[in-house]
Amino acid sequence: MANFSTNEFKAGLKVMLDGEPCNILENEYVKPGKGQAFNRVKIRKLVSGKVLEKTFRSGDSVEGADVMDTELSYLYSDGEFWHFMNNETFEQVAADEKALGDTVKWLVENDLFTITLWNGNPIVVTPQNFVEIEITETDPGLKGDTAGTGGKPATLATGAVVRVPLFIQTGEVIKVDTRSGEYVSRAAK
Amino acid sequence: MTDPRRYAAWQMQITPSNLRARADILSQIRGFFAQRQVLEVDVPVLSQRGVTDPYLDNFVTRLTVDDKVTPLYLQTSPEYAMKRMLASGSGCIYSLAKAFRHESSGHQHNPEFTMLEWYRIGFDDWDLMREVASLLCHILPVNAVDYVSYHDVFVKYAGIDIDTVSGAELRACVPIDTHYDLTHSSDEHVLQLIFNVLIEPQIGLHQPCFIYDFPAKQAALAKIKQDNPDYAHRFEVYFKGIELANGYWELTDSIEQARRFAQDNLVRTEQGYAPVQADEALLAALSHGLPECAGVALGVDRLVMLALGLSDIAHALPFSTDNA
Repeated sequence: MANFSTNEFKAGLKVMLDGEPCNILENEYVKPGKGQAFNRVKIRKLVSGKVLEKTFRSGDSVEGADVMDTELSYLYSDGEFWHFMNNETFEQVAADEKALGDTVKWLVENDLFTITLWNGNPIVVTPQNFVEIEITETDPGLKGDTAGTGGKPATLATGAVVRVPLFIQTGEVIKVDTRSGEYVSRAAK
Repeated sequence: MTDPRRYAAWQMQITPSNLRARADILSQIRGFFAQRQVLEVDVPVLSQRGVTDPYLDNFVTRLTVDDKVTPLYLQTSPEYAMKRMLASGSGCIYSLAKAFRHESSGHQHNPEFTMLEWYRIGFDDWDLMREVASLLCHILPVNAVDYVSYHDVFVKYAGIDIDTVSGAELRACVPIDTHYDLTHSSDEHVLQLIFNVLIEPQIGLHQPCFIYDFPAKQAALAKIKQDNPDYAHRFEVYFKGIELANGYWELTDSIEQARRFAQDNLVRTEQGYAPVQADEALLAALSHGLPECAGVALGVDRLVMLALGLSDIAHALPFSTDNA
């Protein structure tokens, strides 16, 4: 894998740090008027998800990480692994619980997910920003409440619990923002 | 990552109203000095000598006439030319012009930038700090500034007494995760890291903060304090996380200046960089006699950022180098 100098650091670059693949989130070049330049770099460790800040001497370089994002559709779980498939090549990938993390609550069959592969192995499964999932259970709300003040909890087919406006009923399909876990709207028909 | 730009690549990066505000600031600066009878001078941007400072790098170009090739250096500041003018009898002068540093871009850095530099004959660092404060209060929405010594700011915000701390203790204080071993870095670099990471976010939040009496090892071109040779008559100004200005009660001793240039080149060589020939014209001017004076350099693009509340220097300029 190629080495990258701090001059090439930018958001989205994947590098190896302490033996773990990391994603660079922010890179701030600091050059005191008099004194050695350095880079303050915000990094997400891809396996643990931990975000940390590291300081580099400007001009230092680090090894790139062989990390690739692929779009795969979710097939099924066998209890130990979750299986995803590339819709074009039909190649399958099995992700473990650790790679899946919180994404488990957004798993809808045939939906597309971004699978991050490190040296060919899945390390992170990321849902699309918006998913549409059916509500399996929510208290009947008051008819005519369209202001959506307060809301109520609703359990989705995937197990996730989302606050929805009072007028939303069991059996409806709603659009949810997976980044915040918040209700967005009723799904487009 | 989405690109936050809302303009096409050919368009200027500053908004039309900020462009007018920028022009107004430039004109206010000129008015400020006209009122004080400080003369505007336009010094060469292209010069036959570069800078020895181990942490500054000139852009270098070449003048080729027939077979004779002369390297020319884009100036990192107008300092040397201005000091030669002062020694020639110019009187108090200021320069409001472009300076160039061969380094990366950042939110507060553009390799080409507008620098205001001025020299006041008969001033010491305190006289000049007060004048910088007047200028800042004139241009920025502030009406007072803070003054803290380098020593006291470390005690107050980092709990470190730099007079007594050992090298190992100092390194243990660094509150940050470095990707390299600090035991091989100079004490000055470690102090700089602590200053940037721990202290800078805590100072100059509401009004500009002047840090004065820098350690002698970071004296650059400032006089050493006679009553305490561990410190120098150098100050910097910080406001809202931005390093805005750097000033000295100027060193007038040509022998000491030559020694510091030589020292710079030693550090350059240690770090694997080519030494840079010291500016003999500056040394000759100093040995002829630089009048007792204080001088300061101020980043005008950063001043515009602060005046207009911008977080990226690219939005304070018509075009940053990435787009020029």
